[in-house]
Amino acid sequence: MARTPRTPPLFLRPASYRQRRRRDAARLLPVVGVFLILLPVLWAPQDTFHRDTAPDGIYLFVAWAVLIGLAMLISRSLTAPEDEDDGAAPVDQDFGR
Amino acid sequence: MPFNILVLSCLAYVIFLFLVAWAAERRADRGRLGWLQSPLIYTLSLSIYCTAWTFYGAVGYAARSGLEFLTIYLGPTIVFIGWWWILRKLVRIGRQQRVTSIADLISSRFGKSNLLGVIVTIIAVVAATPYIALQLQSVTLSFSVFASPTDDGFSPPGTEATAIWVAGGLALFTILFGTRNLDAKEQHHGIVTAIAVEAVVKLVALIAVGIFVVWVMADGPADMIARIDASDIADWNLQPGRWAGLLFAAGAAVICLPRMFQVMVVENADERHLATASWAFPLYLFAMSLFIVPIAVMGLERLPSNANPDMFVLTLPLAEGQGTLAMLAFLGGFSSATSMVIVESIALATMVSNHIVMPVWLRLRPSRAVSGDVRRLVLLSRRISIGVVLGLGYAYYRLSGGSTALAAIGLIAFVGVAQFLPAMVFGIFWRGATRIGAALGMTVGFLVWAYTLFLPSFGPDAVIPAMVFAEGPFGIGWLRPRALFGVATMDPLLHALFWSMTLNTVAFLTGSLLTFPGPVERMQGAAFVRVFDTTSDSPRGWERGLAEPEDLLVMSQRIMGDEDALTFFETEAKGQGKAGYLPDPTPDFMARLERRLAGSVGAATAHAMMSQLAGRATVTVEDLMAVASESAQIMEYSARLESQQEELTRTARALREANEKLMQLSIQKDAFLSQISHELRTPMTSIRAFSEILTEGDLPPEMVANYGRIIQDEAKRLTRLLDDLLDLSVLENGTVQLNLGLSNLSQMIDRALASASHTKPERSFTIDRDLPMENIFIRTDADRLVQVFINLISNARKYCDAQYPELRISVRQKGGRVTIDFIDNGSGIPKESQALIFEKFARLTDQTRAGGAGLGLAICREVMANLGGTITYLPGQGGAAFRVAVPLRLERKAA
Repeated sequence: MARTPRTPPLFLRPASYRQRRRRDAARLLPVVGVFLILLPVLWAPQDTFHRDTAPDGIYLFVAWAVLIGLAMLISRSLTAPEDEDDGAAPVDQDFGR
Repeated sequence: MPFNILVLSCLAYVIFLFLVAWAAERRADRGRLGWLQSPLIYTLSLSIYCTAWTFYGAVGYAARSGLEFLTIYLGPTIVFIGWWWILRKLVRIGRQQRVTSIADLISSRFGKSNLLGVIVTIIAVVAATPYIALQLQSVTLSFSVFASPTDDGFSPPGTEATAIWVAGGLALFTILFGTRNLDAKEQHHGIVTAIAVEAVVKLVALIAVGIFVVWVMADGPADMIARIDASDIADWNLQPGRWAGLLFAAGAAVICLPRMFQVMVVENADERHLATASWAFPLYLFAMSLFIVPIAVMGLERLPSNANPDMFVLTLPLAEGQGTLAMLAFLGGFSSATSMVIVESIALATMVSNHIVMPVWLRLRPSRAVSGDVRRLVLLSRRISIGVVLGLGYAYYRLSGGSTALAAIGLIAFVGVAQFLPAMVFGIFWRGATRIGAALGMTVGFLVWAYTLFLPSFGPDAVIPAMVFAEGPFGIGWLRPRALFGVATMDPLLHALFWSMTLNTVAFLTGSLLTFPGPVERMQGAAFVRVFDTTSDSPRGWERGLAEPEDLLVMSQRIMGDEDALTFFETEAKGQGKAGYLPDPTPDFMARLERRLAGSVGAATAHAMMSQLAGRATVTVEDLMAVASESAQIMEYSARLESQQEELTRTARALREANEKLMQLSIQKDAFLSQISHELRTPMTSIRAFSEILTEGDLPPEMVANYGRIIQDEAKRLTRLLDDLLDLSVLENGTVQLNLGLSNLSQMIDRALASASHTKPERSFTIDRDLPMENIFIRTDADRLVQVFINLISNARKYCDAQYPELRISVRQKGGRVTIDFIDNGSGIPKESQALIFEKFARLTDQTRAGGAGLGLAICREVMANLGGTITYLPGQGGAAFRVAVPLRLERKAA
């Protein structure tokens, strides 16, 4: 419960700075995902008559694989044991088990 | 394949799953969780997202509308790679508040409101019916495709009969699986492990069929691409509205589906598993979808045009004569359907029992809430709910005709559960969300969904007359179910999704903006929204000292089970610096107990049950304001002070207890001294008097004999008293010699019962024993242990004041210890005396001169200490109850 009123430092040490940017990346990733997945809408495949199931399918699967790879990198770096200084409270204890 | 062999292989597969679940549960019971709680198992269990819809329906979907089926898997992918936004918070809240279901989450967020619990439960049950019907339909279809008549003329039953058998079998299986033990815990290790196994089976099956299609039937990827280009679905129609709408619906569903919530939040054992699942679950979806298009293309190319594309996964290997592969595919589809139905119906049954049955029962008979056996009721209602849920699914299957494309049915369910999304997401991010807003939003959304999508799905004239479709109810054109507000050009699914979500959100926001939340609601809102900022310390609602700890213990035992409740209370008491099983009812303790109970019966019910005992929770808006206005500095300072003060209070309490004990002991010792001198003097006086008479001589021989016997009896009494004292001092010094050996517990109890029957032989006692449990061999000093048993049984015979006295002896083995409880049905020992009974010379009543000098239990305690065990008084058992605990194997001390 100790929420100290100290003003947070204006600049962070490199380690915590990196940690924060990694979190930003984690927040950004779904936005990137939505962009990549909505991109085919712009090609408007319903208006064209060339055979686009195969190329579109390959594009979507590649984009999907890239997203998975990025998610793996980010989640690995986020869960690496690294104690940061900005307020992730300790996990609530599991009482009485 | 002959029908009967098919049924047999299904049964064999189910039995195999059952064994897996059973083995996992056993492991978990022994506390060896290990890999049962690994990120791998967690990710695989999440794969119940892929049901028969994915396994069979996705191919059909691809054959009908090209790549659109991918939205169903890309939506969840976005939600999972964006876990840092929503999922992380949900899982943290779920763990902190011990959430049991999605209904519980929404109900606790909005002030533990029962109304919301009921609304969410009803929506979830209704929305699940098409989904369960989908599973029944796919299993039934696969049976009819796969099964052939046997040689002896035993032909497969019709599809309707198959469906009812499948529904019944699944219900039975789920009940056996999910509500097997009387423990009302919400984490099911057995099921999660079985689901993980099924996840592997369906992935392997689908990939095997895919590899067969791409590398055996076609000549590798390049050839496959050429075939796709040549097929009917070479030019797919991406409709931007449907593409985005389905992405949204699938993303919402992966959070809101009751079964996904169950495995993702309720069964989550470690938050870090979510980080792994954030990429591993999308990877699983990726692998599941990879071969869908090739299978669909090959099916369209090779199979007759009237073949059902939903069954290509099965019919393609069959048509190519690959029996084994087809069997694998069949089992994969069977796995997908069974795992979904099991988890979904367990999740729904939990919601129904916690949010509908329990509250109704509490209202009907509030007095029995604390005394009746709640666990039995909970389990029974869960079992019935499972049956009802499957019955509804079957009814939907029959009503909808069982012929619709699988994907179309599944999407109806997706849009239905998406109605939880505004209440849930706003609830965890916006403190201004209120109960009334949530209730309004979900009700409006649900009604719109039912009117525009669910009811029309039965077809015109089934529920909604065809005329209403054409002209609207009462001729009001802008209320037509497929063209609300005159929007007639939209795709029906998109139309329903758009209007239900829009009206839901608008109603929710308007309701929230215009209403004022109650105190508990504001408290919960703050706790949810700021779950990462604070530890669990929210302002507390329970006032000190209103509830009797013994009543609380009795109630908790009914819900959590005797052992768990006693352990919990003992730990709490120890934390407060008290010995025994009854902690003080401090607000802290009450809050923890409530949360613990909420883990079994849901937040709203737990809160209501606690209120029965402790009176209303007293939180006022002023309390909240006070908490909020205190500056953080003061809070930290006071926190430090508080912890110091707590430490002091704890020490002071320990001191006070010790002091009280000492005082009472000193009074007792005085009393004992006078008593012991009395006890010693009475026989001495008679011995002296009679021996004086004897020395005078001149007596008839029969009188001499008589006096001699009196002298002898009195001398015996003296000796017994002195023996007891001696025994005690030997035991206390620890110089006693133990005769260690293996002996059977049952025989020891037999011996003790036989010896103790001499005490008050005129009273007839009913003895209730558990012979199978007693059959344990213990390495200990049997004579000493029997001595303790005799003492306890004779005490019960002496002091139990019930008219029809009963003694229950129950034995339990836990870890390396055996506990033996002796529980009678008398009035028990008053609370203020419980701490003293094991002290020397303590005797509760004077009216019964029972022969001893109050040394019995003191000796018992010393004996048990020498045997490496304990003897304690168990409060709250409805009579005097003693628990003897001994180690299974007593090792001789080295020293």
